[in-house]
Amino acid sequence: MSARRVAQYGLLIALAMVLSYVESLIPTFFAVPGIKLGLTNLVVMVALYRMSSRDAVIINLVRILLVSITFGNAFSLMYAAGGGLLSGVVMILLKRTGRFRLQTVSIAGGVAHNVGQILVAMALLETWQVSYYLLILWWSGLAAGLVIGFLTAQVVRRLPASLFGPGTAAERDGDGKGDGK
Amino acid sequence: MNDSKANTSKPGDLLLIAGLIVVGLALTVFVLLSRMGGQSDDLTVVIRQDGEVVAALPLDEDAVYTVQGEDDAVNRVVIEDGAVFMEEASCPDRLCVKQGKIRYSGDSLICLPNRVVVEITGQDDLGLDAVAK
Repeated sequence: MSARRVAQYGLLIALAMVLSYVESLIPTFFAVPGIKLGLTNLVVMVALYRMSSRDAVIINLVRILLVSITFGNAFSLMYAAGGGLLSGVVMILLKRTGRFRLQTVSIAGGVAHNVGQILVAMALLETWQVSYYLLILWWSGLAAGLVIGFLTAQVVRRLPASLFGPGTAAERDGDGKGDGK
Repeated sequence: MNDSKANTSKPGDLLLIAGLIVVGLALTVFVLLSRMGGQSDDLTVVIRQDGEVVAALPLDEDAVYTVQGEDDAVNRVVIEDGAVFMEEASCPDRLCVKQGKIRYSGDSLICLPNRVVVEITGQDDLGLDAVAK
């Protein structure tokens, strides 16, 4: 792994953790657990669109683990993993087909995240009575994905190409030439 | 370049978003219908902890039930005037308390940290049918 890549991971994971913290400061106005904006998904999507699927998966896994250890507990880790992994897989697959724009991928990812959390809740609580939560989280995931998709599109467009580009072959080989940063 | 392409509309976009909205609407209709169907008199309040039923109480009788969990976890469930609410809970976010009153079949109060689920079911739904749903 090149020094450039290590630095990029560090930067993005730190940003994801800060955004998690920022989001935890927003009081929950809603009575249904799980309704949230998902600001950290912005970081995962930037990695997906400016680096690679592999980078996005690694950053996603590390931030889920670190955020849950820092701000949560074993249960929040399971919910975060269920949501984060499902939405990650869905977004990568949708992007790969090449048939969807970034905003659409984000919306599907938002819905998939909440569906993943519901599946974990069904397993943990051993109940099938989740239709009401699924309904609310379906729409809230759609709305959150819309907002995050819009933000990500703006960020991806404005980021300097040199900052989070896939890098040249020389950089990937650990040369790091011409980084200038 | 990749990101300029990522931002233009593609044929699948409309289809996928329409699909997500249609499923969302179907869910909405399903939940609304199941609520309207369930307003009979003999509804039961089922309280579960870690998936195990710890109490099943009639909805039309006022009662207070306290669920004790590990590490002093406590949830006080109150049944009053045909509605159920979580009066007090030891969980940090207290989202179950904020969920307010429920009164229809299929409604539930869920406390994730204490793994307590309170749900209203028709009496016929108890037992195996509740699982098969």
